[in-house]
Amino acid sequence: MATFKDFRNDVKPNWCPGCGDFSVQAAMQRAAANVGLEPQNLAVVSGIGCSGRISGYINSYGFHGIHGRSLPIAQGVKMANRDLTVIASGGDGDGYAIGMGHTIHAIRRNIDITYVVMDNQIYGLTKGQTSPRSAVGFKTKSTPMGSIEQSISPMEMALTVGATFVAQSFSTDLKDLTALIEAGINHKGFALINVFSPCVTYNKVNTYDWFKENLTKLSDVEGYDASNREMAMQTLMKHNGLVTGLIYQNNERPSYQELLTGYSEEPLVDSNLNLDQAHFDKLVAEFM
Amino acid sequence: MINQLSWKVGGQQGEGIESTGEIFAIALNRMGYYLYGYRHFSSRIKGGHTNNKIRVSTTEIRSISDDLDILVAFDQETIDVNYQELHSKGVILADSKFNPKKPEDTLASLYAVPFTEIATQLGTSLMKNMVAIGATSAVLDLDIQVFEVVVREIFGKKGDKVVAKNMEAIQAGFDYMKEQMEANVPTMVLEKADGKHRMYMIGNDAIALGALAAGCRFMAAYPITPASDIMEYLIKKLPALGGTVIQTEDEIAACTMTIGASYGGVRAITASSGPGLSLKMEAIGLAGITETPLVIVDTQRGGPSTGLPTKQEQSDLMAMIYGTHGEIPKIVMAPSTVQEAFYDTAEAFNLAEEYQCPVIVLSDLQLSLGKQTVEPLDVSKVEIRRGKLVTDELPEIENKGYFKRYEVTEDGVSPRTIPGMKNGIHHVTGVEHAETGKPSESAANRIAQMDKRFRKVESIRFNTPVYKNAPHEEADLLIVGFNSTRGAIEEAMIRLEKDGLKVNHAQIRLIHPFPTDEVLPLVRSAKKVIVVENNATGQLANIMKMNVGHAEKITKYLKYDGNPFLPHEVHSKCKELF
Ligand SMILES: Cc1ncc(C[n+]2csc(CCOP(=O)(O)OP(=O)(O)O)c2C)c(N)n1
Ligand code: SF4
Ligand SMILES: [Mg+2]
Repeated sequence: MATFKDFRNDVKPNWCPGCGDFSVQAAMQRAAANVGLEPQNLAVVSGIGCSGRISGYINSYGFHGIHGRSLPIAQGVKMANRDLTVIASGGDGDGYAIGMGHTIHAIRRNIDITYVVMDNQIYGLTKGQTSPRSAVGFKTKSTPMGSIEQSISPMEMALTVGATFVAQSFSTDLKDLTALIEAGINHKGFALINVFSPCVTYNKVNTYDWFKENLTKLSDVEGYDASNREMAMQTLMKHNGLVTGLIYQNNERPSYQELLTGYSEEPLVDSNLNLDQAHFDKLVAEFM
Repeated sequence: MINQLSWKVGGQQGEGIESTGEIFAIALNRMGYYLYGYRHFSSRIKGGHTNNKIRVSTTEIRSISDDLDILVAFDQETIDVNYQELHSKGVILADSKFNPKKPEDTLASLYAVPFTEIATQLGTSLMKNMVAIGATSAVLDLDIQVFEVVVREIFGKKGDKVVAKNMEAIQAGFDYMKEQMEANVPTMVLEKADGKHRMYMIGNDAIALGALAAGCRFMAAYPITPASDIMEYLIKKLPALGGTVIQTEDEIAACTMTIGASYGGVRAITASSGPGLSLKMEAIGLAGITETPLVIVDTQRGGPSTGLPTKQEQSDLMAMIYGTHGEIPKIVMAPSTVQEAFYDTAEAFNLAEEYQCPVIVLSDLQLSLGKQTVEPLDVSKVEIRRGKLVTDELPEIENKGYFKRYEVTEDGVSPRTIPGMKNGIHHVTGVEHAETGKPSESAANRIAQMDKRFRKVESIRFNTPVYKNAPHEEADLLIVGFNSTRGAIEEAMIRLEKDGLKVNHAQIRLIHPFPTDEVLPLVRSAKKVIVVENNATGQLANIMKMNVGHAEKITKYLKYDGNPFLPHEVHSKCKELF
């Protein structure tokens, strides 16, 4: 059986020292080992950003695509081979700005993949512009007078578009984060995990200390029930979205693949490509 | 006796114009005639003039006819818009309900037939189309029994009574018209057809069938005219093969999802028209640099932007060849008949895997939607070649090194592993990368990888990159086209030969990489060259000048009003050159 070390490769990440993304990488590797995967059965698909580099730092099949499109690529991979474990991953700009359309529709579609967003409330790779997660008043290179746009609450958004698995974590909580990624992988459907992953270089407001001060663990919220969507919404609103843990999980709604008529039980990639003459004749007869 | 007939039915969109044409065409197709149907429609669903022009022939045809024998009109607009196509012996069969008026400047005769009234008397005005088919049959002296089977197929579900009623309506239209005709209507009697059963289909059907024949199991697409039929057909047929179609949120998702599925090892396709292709451009570059096989269909329509969304145009050529930033190897093919659309689409999957690059199957609205009789397709001719896809077990790689997915090879093609394969792990990225897929910005690596990628298509093998009908060693004229212009050019060529000119014809089927070796000798041996294309700038002509030179010989014949070329237009334009 593979251990988390088997998911390490020899590439040295080019993240800044102290970047939150290191821990997300470690959690992903541990979760993969913990759920019993072999490296060749995991595909990590990522977007463009500092965070997007993650697929190159894990010893597994990895696809570093284009900005904002990790989700459609990842869904395509999963449809091709339902036996693979597919993790999509990227930044807050990647998933909630340029790729927001895909995020919403991937949630609605509910294909069985896990999406880990490294949320640093800023654009890291392009050197510090505002992101849809930046708070009102947040000063960046592109908002020198402070952001005047409302920030997105991805967790609330997910709940309103039919999410079946919604979780949030903080990169330093390695154990909790690992457990959530494992739960996401095991969830039969689309799992969204938003991870506060501080950018130490360009975000001097939402720092490690800031998060420590402002985050509430759902395990500390008395009577919290992650199967209750209404409670999830209320709790998020009450805490301004700053909670960590499993926010909501619906185990009743089947995944896209389960609902799909005719979809092969065997991975599609194994199907015999030859169309036999009888089948072809039947198709052709319909045009006669 | 005539061996060709041109029939058009027109009215308001949503009035059942299409089904009238369908019933008429299917019945005649079954008799062994060759049909060619072209619909004129607006992008509105209800209202707006629509018509369906159907040409019937005893020999194979691939073009709309120059003129019209019979016009069936359900409103005055149909007459006003179309009467000029009627020749002097043509006939207008119009519903007496709207008091049809014949324009003064036509010699064609008009018959007011109570389509609606007869239908209403028989039960419902909806059957006015059937009455019109009956009246048409009278003019053609056609046995109306040929419609029985088709009517049963369409209305059988509603019960025998409905079938009988509809047949009664056809009979009534026939009887009424026969009575009118006694005196002076010229009957147009078609020569007997060969009775063979052939398919009657649109190009999009053939494209979808080609995908199935090639083992395609996944499609991701976003609806758009004139491409949607491909996805709608595959949605119906893929589940029986275990596969599926996902209607995505946009074309960016459609293209990247297709790339994901293809990277996952499944034969996958996406199809769209110009606006969708514009959105796919960044992803096409991703497939190029990551060397992921990708099959895309572009059914061209009038551009730019929303342009003429339901009209014919061939203006995406340059965008398909050069579209995406940066430089990638790419293959662009352009089938010119429905049959070629089938075989070429199937072959696109082979080329995509063999050369590990995007392959664009270019079509146009006329080819994609023109419904026609098609000679049998042979599925056993479809090969499945997967290139350097690794199938054997791989040796252990030491120290968790990566598989050399981008190994620099002589032919530029590297072995390809897919997720799930043991010891095949590698990285894929749109960033320039080394042989293992790991990012690399070194100058030497950049050159090695760029050269490797471009080496791939140098050797591309494509069965028939140019369809040639070149009977003359030395020709007065070479006519060149691509996609659906083939039919009009073929007919023009016959007429030009009759005029005494020596004419060769080349229809370019592989647009990129351009088949210079095949085209150059034809250009050399012709005194003049005319490139016939549905766009305003002469994109194919320009590509030819770039690749084969001889700019001084090349004349452009361009049409960009949204309508396909007619044979007589090509004929007279060519004659002007001499
Ligand atoms: C189509 C496109 N537009 C813009 C860019 C430039 N770009 C690269 S990453 C990025 C934003 C990165 O922010 P985020 O997704 O939050 O990732 P982070 O770097 O913060 O991890 C942008 C705008 C691009 N690569 N592609
Ligand atoms: S810029 Fe910010 S997000 Fe990017 S690597 Fe450095 S710390 Fe991480
Ligand atoms: Mg960010």
